[in-house]
Amino acid sequence: MVYDVSIDGKRYRLELERKETRWHCRLNGREVEMDAVLARRDVLSVLIAGKAYEIKREHTATDMHLWVGSVRYLAELHDPRSLRGRRGATADEKGPRKLLASMPGKVVRVLIREEQPVEAGQSILVVEAMKMQNEIKSPKKGIVRKIVAAEGANVNAGDVLAIVE
Amino acid sequence: MHVRKADEAYHIGPPAAAESYLNFTKILDVAKRSRADAIHPGYGFLSENAKFAQACGDAGVKFIGPGPASMEIMGSKTRARQQMEKAGVPFVPGTSRGLESADEAEQMARKIGYPVMLKAAAGGGGKGMRLVHRPEELKPALEAAQSEAERAFGDREVYIEKAIVNPRHIEMQVLADEHGNTIYLGERECSIQRRHQKVLEESPSPILDPDMRQRMGEVAVRVARAASYTNAGTVEFLVDQDKNFYFLEMNTRLQVEHPVTELITGLDLVHLQIRVAAGEKLPFRQEDIQIRGHAIECRIYAEDPDNNYFPSPGKITLLLSPSGPGIRRDSGMYEGWTVPIDYDPLLAKLIGYGTDRTQAISRLTRALHEYFVGGIKTNISLFRRILTDADFQAGKVDTGYLDRLLKAKPPHVRREDEEVAAIAAGIFAMLEPTSAVTANGSSSATGSAPANGIAASSWKRAARVEGLS
Repeated sequence: MVYDVSIDGKRYRLELERKETRWHCRLNGREVEMDAVLARRDVLSVLIAGKAYEIKREHTATDMHLWVGSVRYLAELHDPRSLRGRRGATADEKGPRKLLASMPGKVVRVLIREEQPVEAGQSILVVEAMKMQNEIKSPKKGIVRKIVAAEGANVNAGDVLAIVE
Repeated sequence: MHVRKADEAYHIGPPAAAESYLNFTKILDVAKRSRADAIHPGYGFLSENAKFAQACGDAGVKFIGPGPASMEIMGSKTRARQQMEKAGVPFVPGTSRGLESADEAEQMARKIGYPVMLKAAAGGGGKGMRLVHRPEELKPALEAAQSEAERAFGDREVYIEKAIVNPRHIEMQVLADEHGNTIYLGERECSIQRRHQKVLEESPSPILDPDMRQRMGEVAVRVARAASYTNAGTVEFLVDQDKNFYFLEMNTRLQVEHPVTELITGLDLVHLQIRVAAGEKLPFRQEDIQIRGHAIECRIYAEDPDNNYFPSPGKITLLLSPSGPGIRRDSGMYEGWTVPIDYDPLLAKLIGYGTDRTQAISRLTRALHEYFVGGIKTNISLFRRILTDADFQAGKVDTGYLDRLLKAKPPHVRREDEEVAAIAAGIFAMLEPTSAVTANGSSSATGSAPANGIAASSWKRAARVEGLS
């Protein structure tokens, strides 16, 4: 199996194969000596080049994190056969991107109107949760196609707030 | 968790404490229905409520703790000071009555010398307190302290004390039976605090020698006797940089940090509380108490260290708990539990015990690396930082320690395992394509509406009072 993985935004090409009890692993073309066992749900015990690691997988509404020891990494799996052909995450990706609410809260301010252009990182709306205000920013340069959540609306984690194309 | 472990369980009401845990009638009704002989009030809630202790007595149920009169003496800090004055106990120079006017405050402040601390008589948890460095700040600080005290405790009485610079907070555990025997069981160093809330405690204190322990212990016993105290209690002292100690207050209940005392004395304090309440004499004398080894406790809170320690409620999706030699874990959490927003965010107490302080620290450090709570944020990373800090390791702590540590630049965390994470991501995808776990961040446990439901919670109220929001 081939996987296209990004860790904290950095891309890796991973080839994994398991024949009976033996693992074969290539990372970015380099052979890696590896053994792994799923210790329990969401916990992996891995030996890489003789060193042992305990890796925990944690999901939030919007992201997947992998903890190696006490350090947390943002992990994303991409389908390498995708027609979108994302070679390296750039801010000019084609295709609409959804902005999701990462925790329950209330939309207190909508800063951009539909059909307006935005830059990557530009704030589109402000969600207030537990008295803290979070600016939801555009992941890419493009046009705000749709603002789904209106000012004053209560949102749940995972709700789509806006779509940027 | 406690419901699951109990032999019988009785529903006492909705989550809001005022309607359940603080409701005398409901609690005493359960005592009657279950034919309980005694009630252990724990800590917080009604544990230091003299009226409740009285109500238990009136209902024929034994309250496991001191009598209502002792609680009342110690419940008011000014009254406690007055009693202690009579008993010849050393305490911080200041007034033992509430200040009547700004003029009186100014006079006293000039007499005892700045800096001074204005404190609420009915207070606790740092509320109604103001540190004043200069005379011109005194009047506005007094007014602010009085109104804060009025709002928090319904009592605007404020008194004044000399402010000790960077004191240590060292407390002494006492235990008294109902036959006149009172002993001390060693001290706890509790200087590591955030916003006046203890975060890490240890026993013995790195700065006490046997002589000072004995002197402080004897004073603590004198304090307890002056209040006719029975059962377990803790006498708190402030210790200045010259190792002078001053009576601060007495907590008339068992404290959160009691495990460190249990580990170094080998005694079970809760068991002893029950025996004392049953009328037994203490099964040992002062000379039988031996202190052995060193214990350190970390209070694991559901708080986000990257967001000003704001409470972090939610569902615990994965729990990996440490164990091993010298590790004790008093925990209320389990995997799949949703941390409620209605109560204090204390999840567990992790205690490391060793033959000396160094071993206690290494065992605790190992346990903190093994501890993993997925789905919510906790302050576990804070303890890793404290335990590796040079000042902490040297025992150089005082009540300003944690604020200083948190202001300093956090140590650089090496992020060198990206490749390991990448490989793991693929392995997870191969072996366990979708996690069976539901995503965190969804609405609170009860399924109530997010923003409005949270607005009513006591955490949000507490956060406002703490100035977090």
